[in-house]
Amino acid sequence: MADLKIVGISKSFSPVPAVKDLYLDIASGEFVVLLGPSGAGKTTTLRLVAGLEQPDAGQIWINGRDVTQVAPALRDVTFVFQQYSLYPHLSVYDNLAFPLRSPLRKTSEDDIRTKVTAIARMLRMEDKLNNPATKLSGGQMQRVAIGRALVRNPALYLMDEPLSSLDAKLRDDLRLELKRIQQDTGATMLYVTHDQIEALTLATRIGVLDHGDLVQLGTPQQVYEDPATVAVASRLGSPRINLLPRAALPHLAVPDSVATIGVRPEHVLVTDDRSDGGQAFALIQRVERLSDQYLLHLRLQGSEHTLIASVHPGQAGHPGNKVHFHISHSLCFDANGQRVRH
Amino acid sequence: MAEIRVHQLHKAFADFTAVKDSSFTVKNGEFFCLLGPSGCGKTTTLRMIAGLELPTSGQIFLGDEDVTFKRASARDIAFVFQMFALYPHMTVRQNIAFPLVSQGLPRTEINRRVTQATATLQITALLDSSVSGLTSGDRQRVALGRAIVRQPLAFMMDEPLGALDAEFRELMCGELRALHDRLGATTVYVTHDQREAMSMADKIAIMNQGVVEQFGAPQDIYERPASVFVADFMGAPSMNFITLSAALTKGATTVKMGETSLQLPAVRDDISERPLLYGIRPEHVKLSDNAPFRAQVTGVEYLGNCQIVTLRTPAGGTLRAKLDVRVKALRDDQVGLTFDSSQVSLFDATSGRALSTARDDIAVSTSQNRGAIHG
Repeated sequence: MADLKIVGISKSFSPVPAVKDLYLDIASGEFVVLLGPSGAGKTTTLRLVAGLEQPDAGQIWINGRDVTQVAPALRDVTFVFQQYSLYPHLSVYDNLAFPLRSPLRKTSEDDIRTKVTAIARMLRMEDKLNNPATKLSGGQMQRVAIGRALVRNPALYLMDEPLSSLDAKLRDDLRLELKRIQQDTGATMLYVTHDQIEALTLATRIGVLDHGDLVQLGTPQQVYEDPATVAVASRLGSPRINLLPRAALPHLAVPDSVATIGVRPEHVLVTDDRSDGGQAFALIQRVERLSDQYLLHLRLQGSEHTLIASVHPGQAGHPGNKVHFHISHSLCFDANGQRVRH
Repeated sequence: MAEIRVHQLHKAFADFTAVKDSSFTVKNGEFFCLLGPSGCGKTTTLRMIAGLELPTSGQIFLGDEDVTFKRASARDIAFVFQMFALYPHMTVRQNIAFPLVSQGLPRTEINRRVTQATATLQITALLDSSVSGLTSGDRQRVALGRAIVRQPLAFMMDEPLGALDAEFRELMCGELRALHDRLGATTVYVTHDQREAMSMADKIAIMNQGVVEQFGAPQDIYERPASVFVADFMGAPSMNFITLSAALTKGATTVKMGETSLQLPAVRDDISERPLLYGIRPEHVKLSDNAPFRAQVTGVEYLGNCQIVTLRTPAGGTLRAKLDVRVKALRDDQVGLTFDSSQVSLFDATSGRALSTARDDIAVSTSQNRGAIHG
């Protein structure tokens, strides 16, 4: 296991800058997730670390060694791609064993058997070892692809949306498994995704990228509860944060520079009774029932603005009902989308 | 606009049965989801309704007409695929107009309908742009435009959002449902994502290995799953299952599990000694210091507005609890658990089918006011 230092790397695919002067320190055993929309520079960053792209400026250090000019195969990193790339003519066992049989490594067949068996057990695929790779389901193939990365025990794992091609259900299961495997092995992980749930649940720290810039870096709690910009606030959380112009919530006392007020749905408290702390009126337009979450779509009294409140089943009410609401916590942003703390 | 009725639909490919005796009715104007894992037969069912695949046996009615063996082009159905197949060299206007041009409609009618469709989708400003420069969301809107411009009796959508970013998918879900409500057309929508189905559908048919396991309103399916498969598939994280073996008499509200006993809604029938699964959703599990049901915390997942705590029971099972973020739980903590017993489901472990309890009465009453709430 090793640490990774990214020192001021830039990369542009002229004329578009993909990554701009990025600094990132990842400690040994850390699980860092780069989160951002398509085109934010996440995959480019990963490819730069792997050596699949050369930076225009800056350095990459793995375990105290400057590897910027080192060939990908000699960097001691493994890469898991979005689309599993298995050898279709080989069995699961041989696919898992393949990286160990590389002439660069020279592992004995006994050692290979021990390692492959251990990984297969971890992936819960012991009974599939002799299956041809083509006889597996998509989820099983992706598990083998992840297994092939894990079997080598490299300094650093790089994963580019490894779960995004899977069924929703499998994605949930494999996400938990990946976290468990990472915790059990103490691997250092740099992981790229556009899925905020993956970022929140997997990461020890999340780096939010936007147009090649690292906008914020912090623990999941820090990024969710204390976002630096409107973009970060709306990227994390489901249902999404409500963003309202300041004038829509005149009863909130906020500094003059504030242009936008963000309110997470769980911080809109709905009451029937004003004495219960209700601050303003709203009309229930729609009640959305999402398994255990009930979302009230509220229209603010005397305006066209709407607000989504997440409530317990007992508080749901009906469309057309007039309710009071109270905002227990809000986040303020200026006209440029930067956070205003007060 | 039309009702779609599927009767005993069956499809076999050589020795593989893709769809087994499926029957369901999609009411006029409903948003209907075919939901299930890959290979469950949902896309094959959709393709049979659209006429892209012929059934081995069974019937399909569109309105009052039996269309089972009618050609796809004669069915008056519009299909929206996962990969938006647009003509890259054409503008947005040309792409949307294409189905009408090939039908040979008069030019004024084509212009009128294209204008109307783009206004509905709020992409009027893009009319004369080339589709190759569009964002994935706008491309998806153009693909939808090409479907709605035909003013078909029904829309068939095969994972139309599958290729989009997670964040954008959520936005498009809302947009698609709003579009459906504006057009009032019957929609059949295929997805493997239960969140999408829960948030959009009026009715869901959840399929597994070619069989419709349950058909109903989303919340009813969630609250009153008919089988272990459905209970496990709906909801993230999945329902917890505790394995036990017991005989219960009609009206029983507890079941023994080793030293402790678990509460459950009164069972409706006598149940002879057999393996059972006690099902409880993560949001109905609470931590309580002194509760006799003990477990060890093995993982904590932070989700911003809640946390998912994974627990190991002394019997070696895994449970998940969905808790408020303010609840303190750390890896390796020993904790007690309580369950909201009114929300428990009971299954026959061998057949996988749900056993009838007093909970069914509650679920029925909530389903009755669903229309009012959703409307």
